[in-house]
Amino acid sequence: MPEAPAPPHSRIPIPSGAAFDPSLAANLMTRFGHGGWLGMQYHDHGADWVEIALPWREDLVGVASTGVLASGPIISLMDNATSMAVWTRRGEFRPQVTLDLRVDYMRAAVPGTTLIGRGECYKLTRTIAFVRGIAHEGDLGDPVAHVAGTFIAMDGDGV
Amino acid sequence: MSADDPLVVANGAILPPYARGLGIEVDHEDAGSPVLGVEFGDRIQGRPGYLHGGALSGLMEMAAIAALQAELARRGGKIRMKPVNITVEFMRGGTAQRTYAAGRVTRAGRRMATVSAEAWQDDRAKPIATALMNILLSPAG
Repeated sequence: MPEAPAPPHSRIPIPSGAAFDPSLAANLMTRFGHGGWLGMQYHDHGADWVEIALPWREDLVGVASTGVLASGPIISLMDNATSMAVWTRRGEFRPQVTLDLRVDYMRAAVPGTTLIGRGECYKLTRTIAFVRGIAHEGDLGDPVAHVAGTFIAMDGDGV
Repeated sequence: MSADDPLVVANGAILPPYARGLGIEVDHEDAGSPVLGVEFGDRIQGRPGYLHGGALSGLMEMAAIAALQAELARRGGKIRMKPVNITVEFMRGGTAQRTYAAGRVTRAGRRMATVSAEAWQDDRAKPIATALMNILLSPAG
């Protein structure tokens, strides 16, 4: 039997347990799928945090008459930024899924402005990662949104 | 947008550019409230073969807002909505198939509305995710 063609998702060649480099991985993982469609880009990272940029685009708008970014892209941005913060703190890639995510909207994003999603992993257990983050436009003191959530490792205990 | 645009629900709910860009459409109406649908594709894919949690959240948020718009349209008068927060719970991984979402207005008062939303795929009795939104209401100027 001929070998089946590789599925499109094999374009993301990160094996479980691989060392995690946030800038390389973010560039890869923001190029395909939903992150790629949104136009996410790697911005910055530290030991337990990652920043992803989301440039404003007309078709990401929530209210056509105002040009204000929809909140869906903000959730996606923060989901990705916090998810990458977990791997960054862990130091390796391990498959995980979002258990829950809460987003508080402080104010509307300014139309035409690039939004930065800063995700932080503040506690890591073998199975659960606790994350928080803010979406901002350059000034951490004037955030657009705050988030809090948890991720569960797919190969951890009790899964 | 014209009134015969399929994205304009009979009761006035209109899907924004973000929703149209993702391919979210009004699938049908259920008891006066729109049920949204979206086909699986690369633009809503997260980890390989699965729906992105953010795209799923966006779909549920659209469903919640559309349900509230329908409810407010029945009341009459122009009202502005401002989302305060959203909490999303993910129960099952969304796989490569069509996904639906519908919102339910738990309470809509003068200043605040609480709306829940649910997303499912082939079996409505097995939701893949739920969301709860608090939305601030004010008279539109």
